[in-house]
Amino acid sequence: MQKTLVSEPENDCILDGERELIAEILAGNNERYYELIAPLERRVYYTAYAILRTRADAEEVAQEAFLKAFRGLRSFRGDAKFSSWLLSIVMNEARMRLRQRREVSLELLKSPDHENEYTPIELADWREIPVEALAQKELAAHLEEALAALPAIYREVLILRDIDGLNIAETSDALEISVPAVKTRLLRARLMVRDYFLLRSWARPPVLRKAQP
Amino acid sequence: MGQASSVTKGTAMITLSCEAVRREISNYLDDDISPRMRRLLEAHLEQCRKCAVLLDSTHNVLVLLADEQRFELPAGFSIRVRQMLAEEFQKGKS
Repeated sequence: MQKTLVSEPENDCILDGERELIAEILAGNNERYYELIAPLERRVYYTAYAILRTRADAEEVAQEAFLKAFRGLRSFRGDAKFSSWLLSIVMNEARMRLRQRREVSLELLKSPDHENEYTPIELADWREIPVEALAQKELAAHLEEALAALPAIYREVLILRDIDGLNIAETSDALEISVPAVKTRLLRARLMVRDYFLLRSWARPPVLRKAQP
Repeated sequence: MGQASSVTKGTAMITLSCEAVRREISNYLDDDISPRMRRLLEAHLEQCRKCAVLLDSTHNVLVLLADEQRFELPAGFSIRVRQMLAEEFQKGKS
């Protein structure tokens, strides 16, 4: 059973098209920078949003990250994909903004002591979760809330790996934590987001069925 | 990591505990486990409804999470990014 969620690229290094594009931009063809970032706009914005939780801050941070990446393009070494480099810039900018807002909660500083000891909710059957029936917007809102409920160290790893689609090694580089730490946090983050999502879906179930006569 | 929880003597049948399966679920979803562990895990999943449901539900939530279509960029976002960059490009030229 193939369960891989995010397809892994053939290699983690810079792609050929990307390399050419970057060379052109560095040679002075600035306008081509749009081409480089266009496919990444959503991920960049959403990564900032998932950390900051306000649209205005997320947009500002996304813009700062695009600018910073442009200014620092010469220092991009090309031993990673441009996307993971850019997303690590966004993650850092978003964290900095959080600190500026003095909203760093203790959870961010807290060391993860018992990362393996999470016990997920038991379900009789996945069918109990009315995913198919949820209106798209409602479902997105439940996911947002579930994501927001995660402690920061788990949220960050989940955003980069499962939303942005970075692989384990890229996630480890972006967060500057070890590969085993990524895996441990990812396990816990995935089980927690599932549980939070279930709890939210159950707490406010959509109107699913027609009234029985 | 994921030690066998019991060894049935005679048949050399090794099984995983539910707890061991839970520890490997994330690696399994990433297809990042050894063939041996995969076999053990899948054997357990066939027998254990609880763990099969845990795997399916976690997988489903992650599929939803990865769906880019569920969130929208704010109206005019791309235009504003381009404007901001155009100013930056101008600065570089002047």
